[in-house]
Amino acid sequence: MAVASTDYAVQKTVELSLRNRVLWAMLGTALLLMLCRALGILPEWLIRLPEWAIPPSDIWLDAAFSFVQNDLGLIHVTRFVAEGPLEFLLDATANLLYGKRRWPDLGPIPWTAIAAAAAVIGYYLGGWRMSLLAGGTFVWTALIGQWEIAMQTMSVLTVAAPIAFLTGLGLGILAWKYAWFDKAIKPVLSVLQTLPFFTYLLPAVIFFKVGPTAGAVATIVYAIPPMILMTTLGLKKVSTEVVEAGHMSGCTRWQMLTRVYIPTARTEILVGVNQVIMLCLAMVVLTAFIGMPGLGAKLLAMMGSFKLGRSFEIGVTIVLLAIMLDRLSKAWVVKQPEHFERGTPWWQRHIFLLFTIGAFAVFVALAQVIQVFSEIGRTQHFSRGKEIDGIIKAALDIDMVQATTEWLRWFLNVNVLIPFRNSMLWVPTPAFILLVVAFAYWLGGRRPALYATVFFTIVAFSGWWDRSVITLYTVISAVIMATLIGIPLGIFAARSEKWSRRILLACDTAQTFPSFIYLIPAIMLFGVNDVAVVFSILIFSMVPLTRYTIEGLRTVPPEMTEAADMSGASRRQKLLSVQLPLALPTMAVGFNQAIMFAFFMVIIAAFIGTQDLGQELQRTLAGTELGKNFVLGMNVSLMALTFDLTILSWAEKRKKALGLA
Amino acid sequence: MKATHTLAAAALALGGTGAYAQDSSDPIIIPIHNWSSQIVMSHAVGQIYEDMGLNVEFVTTDSQAVYESVRLGDVTLELEVWEGAFGASYRAALAKGGMVDAGEHDAVTREDWWYPMWTKEACPGLPDWEALNDCAHLFTTAETGDKGRYLDGPVDWLKHGKERAEALGLNYVVINAGSAAALWAEIGAAEADKRPVLVFNWTPNFAEAVWPGEFVEFPAWEDGCDKDPAKGPNPDALYDCGNPATGYLRKVAHHEMTVKWPSAYCVLSNINFNNAQIAQMAKFVDTDEMEAEDAAAKWLGENEGVWQPWVTACTS
Repeated sequence: MAVASTDYAVQKTVELSLRNRVLWAMLGTALLLMLCRALGILPEWLIRLPEWAIPPSDIWLDAAFSFVQNDLGLIHVTRFVAEGPLEFLLDATANLLYGKRRWPDLGPIPWTAIAAAAAVIGYYLGGWRMSLLAGGTFVWTALIGQWEIAMQTMSVLTVAAPIAFLTGLGLGILAWKYAWFDKAIKPVLSVLQTLPFFTYLLPAVIFFKVGPTAGAVATIVYAIPPMILMTTLGLKKVSTEVVEAGHMSGCTRWQMLTRVYIPTARTEILVGVNQVIMLCLAMVVLTAFIGMPGLGAKLLAMMGSFKLGRSFEIGVTIVLLAIMLDRLSKAWVVKQPEHFERGTPWWQRHIFLLFTIGAFAVFVALAQVIQVFSEIGRTQHFSRGKEIDGIIKAALDIDMVQATTEWLRWFLNVNVLIPFRNSMLWVPTPAFILLVVAFAYWLGGRRPALYATVFFTIVAFSGWWDRSVITLYTVISAVIMATLIGIPLGIFAARSEKWSRRILLACDTAQTFPSFIYLIPAIMLFGVNDVAVVFSILIFSMVPLTRYTIEGLRTVPPEMTEAADMSGASRRQKLLSVQLPLALPTMAVGFNQAIMFAFFMVIIAAFIGTQDLGQELQRTLAGTELGKNFVLGMNVSLMALTFDLTILSWAEKRKKALGLA
Repeated sequence: MKATHTLAAAALALGGTGAYAQDSSDPIIIPIHNWSSQIVMSHAVGQIYEDMGLNVEFVTTDSQAVYESVRLGDVTLELEVWEGAFGASYRAALAKGGMVDAGEHDAVTREDWWYPMWTKEACPGLPDWEALNDCAHLFTTAETGDKGRYLDGPVDWLKHGKERAEALGLNYVVINAGSAAALWAEIGAAEADKRPVLVFNWTPNFAEAVWPGEFVEFPAWEDGCDKDPAKGPNPDALYDCGNPATGYLRKVAHHEMTVKWPSAYCVLSNINFNNAQIAQMAKFVDTDEMEAEDAAAKWLGENEGVWQPWVTACTS
């Protein structure tokens, strides 16, 4: 281990000296600029770009959008899709799931029938535990009085997820077949994955009409990228032996694809399906902002009338649905297709399908007779909203809690956050860009530095520099604090199997809990200010840090830890000199995700009250300023991408150096 | 309740008695926003329409963007146009065409600086605005130093709190909350230890029932206070008056509603709620934890004398 890293160091010495010189030159210039500013001799145009130098990119974009929308007539196409096939599908599922008066006029399906069918499918995929989870989730939803709104959400999900899956699969196959398409689509996907969700929503409303159709479109677009990536990844990994076997048996091109490639890439494709479902669920809740009915809309209404208990219950339903869908689809990934002997009767091969249909039919029949089985009335539910309200308020009211948060609010605001923000805003624009580029160069190397230069220059010329800096300040503050809490927590949990499992479950729950629920407790604890904003982001971005720390530490090769034990290392030495360095590349991936999550959440935190890009984005939602919305979204995306490219490039290099790749 | 409505609707539709036969059978689309009174009122009106044998559908929409939707016909009507909050969006959409004004409710709306009652115990000079500076020390926080803190509505509500504080020489820092929920959370957190708070609020809404409170009495609104510095006590500044204490609450409709659903439009123009009625509907949902549909049905059942005349006036 030690030998390997010295070798690596020697190899790199020559490169290093050049690298150091470039680094120092950049840092030196930045410092010089800041010194000039401090002395008051820096000209105004070097502190901030003058107004006249900023191109009116939002107006150009608006003109471009308007041209595409009206002159090219794209709006007629999209409106046709929205009002034709898409609305038809949404109406059909809406009728089946919650009885909207549309074709085929059969619904609503009794809740007991859905719960029973889900329980049987759960059993087929993962035994009794899955069965309990799947059936239990639906029973909980019905009993707590949220059946109808949950089904409103599910009715969009059942349309959006399959469309996202098929589109993603198709584009993924194209990207695998044609290298040029792969090259063209990669950057688009990166941007799409870092674009704040507000930027998905406005175009969806304009092109696809407010309501479920726009919600479905935004959800589909949001969920496609990982499906494309996983499909391409899976198809590329198909081994040549399998391909040759296919050729030898005389497959046509279509047969090669459907009988050889896709079945072999099954695991990756199903992982993609899992991602599609999870992203769809996350987005379908957020589309409440553009008038999508369902769990998200109810949650917003409950938060708008300060009903914490009911909001919490809706949050629990969403978590249960998410965990259920996640576990079921993961169980499906693991489950290998069953092969039956020739001549097995049809019913034996499809025994579970028959059971599902049977359970479904029995409960549909029962529901005709017993009213409660078909629809659970609003007055019969077991919601305990008011009581939970009381508990939450009482917990926030404990003197200890109050004293602690009061002190934290004072300390963080006055001594940490406000000075940090002011100093970031004080740095002249060119010096700021240089510092970011130097960071990218130092950590990631030449390519990330190049991207950082281009991306941050674009941000500077977008005309939203100060707001971008404030966004960045919030993200950095939150991620630093998340690191201070999340990594020690991960190190602690990684010590034992039991605690790893518990903390990972907590991570899953925290991540699927609808993000804007965190906002209310944050405000009640800290008031409307930066501490509340940072706190709400912190909860969300701690999750990947803890998760990947556990992951990284637990996958350190056992030979390494044994070697450390044999050489008589203490527990601390083993952790610091063996385990952590080896886990670092994996942890870096977690760190990167934490930053991406923070960029996602900082936009939502606009609902607390911020002065950053999120606030402006939120403001565009009420209007029709597509150009401005897009410029703001791109700024967030470009900043996020800079960190993404830099950190991943470092992790890649590091893994190679450690021989882990 | 719902079943009887559906039955009545079916009977009317089948019988085709002709009372409202000239109305289209396409669904009337009613927008729903995220505050209780509007949701219950929309359902109440929806149930009145269903009683008349018309088809109704509800969509959830943003409360600012809805005027563009009314104009384009994506939604048919809007029942709560607040002068202060939506006046600008409403006037813009009206000017573009496609939307018609369907009259005002009796209810008046008011939006201004507000405090819960426990604040008054600490600062007895309220509600007079001149007491604010004497009490500024009660409203200080870690980040505002020795200045008081006023939590204004979201920036996009354009409440001009900062300008007001400057124009009237108030020793306050104005902070913008990001959403209504943030305002409630702030009051809710202060409630526990009865900490004095000063926030943006409006009436009618559910908060009155949960936290009794008062508006700060600023110099009375004069027309042009936002355009002419001479108006109001400070001769050099705009926004040196309170907001109008009796703002309108209006109804609007898509222009085709008058021909496509003439009776429904006639009823819409007769519809007229006052503050007490709106507060009662909101209370069913906010304090009695009823669902909006049930609250609307209950209100209609208890107040037949109020709404029946709106309908009968349109049959003759």
